[in-house]
Amino acid sequence: MAENPVNEAETGEETDQAPPRALPEHVVLAGLFEQFANVEWRLSGDQDTAVVPKDRLRDFALAAREAGFEMMVDVTAVDYLRVRRVRFEVVVGLLSLQHNIRLRLLVPVPADDLTVPSLVPVYPGANFFERETFDMFGIIFADHPDLTRILLPDDWIGHPLRKDFATGGVSVQFKSSPQVT
Amino acid sequence: MADDTRNPRPVREMRDVWITADEAPDWMRHSTDEGAQTMRHIESHQRLVEQMGVRVDDDYILDDQIAEDERMIINMGPQHPSTHGVMRLQIELEGEIVRRVKPIIGYLHTGMEKTGENLMFMQGGTNVTRMDYLAPLFNELVFSLATEKLLGVEIPPRAQAIRVLMTELNRTASHLVSLATQGMDVGALSMMLYGFRERELILAFFEKTTGLRMNHNYIRPGGVAADLPDGWEEDVEEIIEKIPVGVADYEDLLKANPIWEGRTRGVGVISAEECLAYGITGPPLRATGVDLDLRKTQPYSGIDQYEFDVAVGSNGDVYDRYRIRVQEILQSLRIVQQVANRMPAGDYRVEDRKVTPPPRKRIDESMEALIHHFKLFTEGFKVPEGETYVAIESPRGEIGCYIVSDGSAKPYRMHIRAPSFANLQGLPIMLADSLVADSVATIASVDAVMGDVDR
Repeated sequence: MAENPVNEAETGEETDQAPPRALPEHVVLAGLFEQFANVEWRLSGDQDTAVVPKDRLRDFALAAREAGFEMMVDVTAVDYLRVRRVRFEVVVGLLSLQHNIRLRLLVPVPADDLTVPSLVPVYPGANFFERETFDMFGIIFADHPDLTRILLPDDWIGHPLRKDFATGGVSVQFKSSPQVT
Repeated sequence: MADDTRNPRPVREMRDVWITADEAPDWMRHSTDEGAQTMRHIESHQRLVEQMGVRVDDDYILDDQIAEDERMIINMGPQHPSTHGVMRLQIELEGEIVRRVKPIIGYLHTGMEKTGENLMFMQGGTNVTRMDYLAPLFNELVFSLATEKLLGVEIPPRAQAIRVLMTELNRTASHLVSLATQGMDVGALSMMLYGFRERELILAFFEKTTGLRMNHNYIRPGGVAADLPDGWEEDVEEIIEKIPVGVADYEDLLKANPIWEGRTRGVGVISAEECLAYGITGPPLRATGVDLDLRKTQPYSGIDQYEFDVAVGSNGDVYDRYRIRVQEILQSLRIVQQVANRMPAGDYRVEDRKVTPPPRKRIDESMEALIHHFKLFTEGFKVPEGETYVAIESPRGEIGCYIVSDGSAKPYRMHIRAPSFANLQGLPIMLADSLVADSVATIASVDAVMGDVDR
């Protein structure tokens, strides 16, 4: 899979003769992206996608809500272990009822700093989804009102949807049962 | 076990299983299924906090007027019959009044998204169909649509029509269960029997078509598994004739029933703004007056060719949600009638041998068909690199599938956006400051399927 372009920009190899910035056709989306210089727009298939640096995530979500994206439908993450340099990517799905468009936000999250601003102040519905993402990937959503495990037991160790969490290796309660050697 | 000489295996050091890539040692860089996960016995407090999350108190203000002995916290569930599965509600009561509710879920979590990463796209349908077990065909459809979007294949018109026919029948069946169990929860026990009686017709047809009453794995990437059985027109005709008769029975029983109205009107109210803010979709959202129906706004599988109306309520209470489900049953049957009237001829799956298997008969005659069949069932088909999100309107709201493919035969990441999961976030709002007795009616009206919530 392709290297994340935002990350390359962060490494400090920005050149002066950057090509003109691509903007979406839809007037609402174009207006939204014009406000944010370092948010990259791209088409994934035919779906509008925004690559948002995590320090701009809250501002961008706020602007998106102002622009007509009333609903946040989904938050999840992908673990690109050994595929990309930035290990995690938080994926946020937005839906606008009035314009009938969708927008996907991709937030690269490096493995050494798993903190992402929570979207609960902007979209309260992010609550459960962010808890699930924390549960499954260990991504920490700053300022989340109740960032606890939601699907797994509270004393679970590890984050199962990470790629280095093996399947079928969970220890069972019957410690004294005979082991197959 | 205590005798170490009998067990000569070397004792391995306990491993840190949540290790990140940068600090991962070499043995971990090369394989992801290396050995068993071991829980650490000695754990630093800091690590535990990181792993378990930090609990932060919310801004709820205690009312000083209430005596301490009138306030109590009770657990409803996880084995409470009205939760329709295994959900626990932590309810804070002041006397008879519910003040705060916290849904606690996860009792049915089986890691299906992780399983999905280890199954080929061809096998994925068997996995996703088990999520929302009352509407399995919608899970299969959304997974198939997402896969097809990445593949870029065009589905033949007959396959699309069959998909619409089956999913709309499934919507009817799902709403019938919802009405039946809601009736039972509120005290209309005969509703329970009526609802399941009519649903049986649809399940019998599903069994005839797909072989199973639930978890069909019928809608697959590339089309559907098999053509409709001989005589399907008569079966569908019977369903279309009999279910409205049953629905008329329910209307007689419930619509103007003063007990039913008293227990559902003005109960479990949520506003349109709250629904939008909390990502609540489906009948709970439409009951507030927002006419969001993805069948109309973002149609899939050619459902925009058929005429139907979107049922919309106005009060956002339990009664409106019940009305919407009744109307959606009738509208779904209207779609089914139209599909049955103009079912196109042609293939029931795409004739692309890299995606769908050849007909059984061809395997005996053609070496190439045999190879295709073998390759397909051993290696699966490869899906081009990319990511996509597809959403359709399930009986419970927007069900979405987010797939990331790395170009292999298995999805790199498969995520299902479960409508029940999001809708459950509305429960604390709907239940706040209501009576304990009303909570049962409200939970039933949200119609959360725990398999969908926990996945």
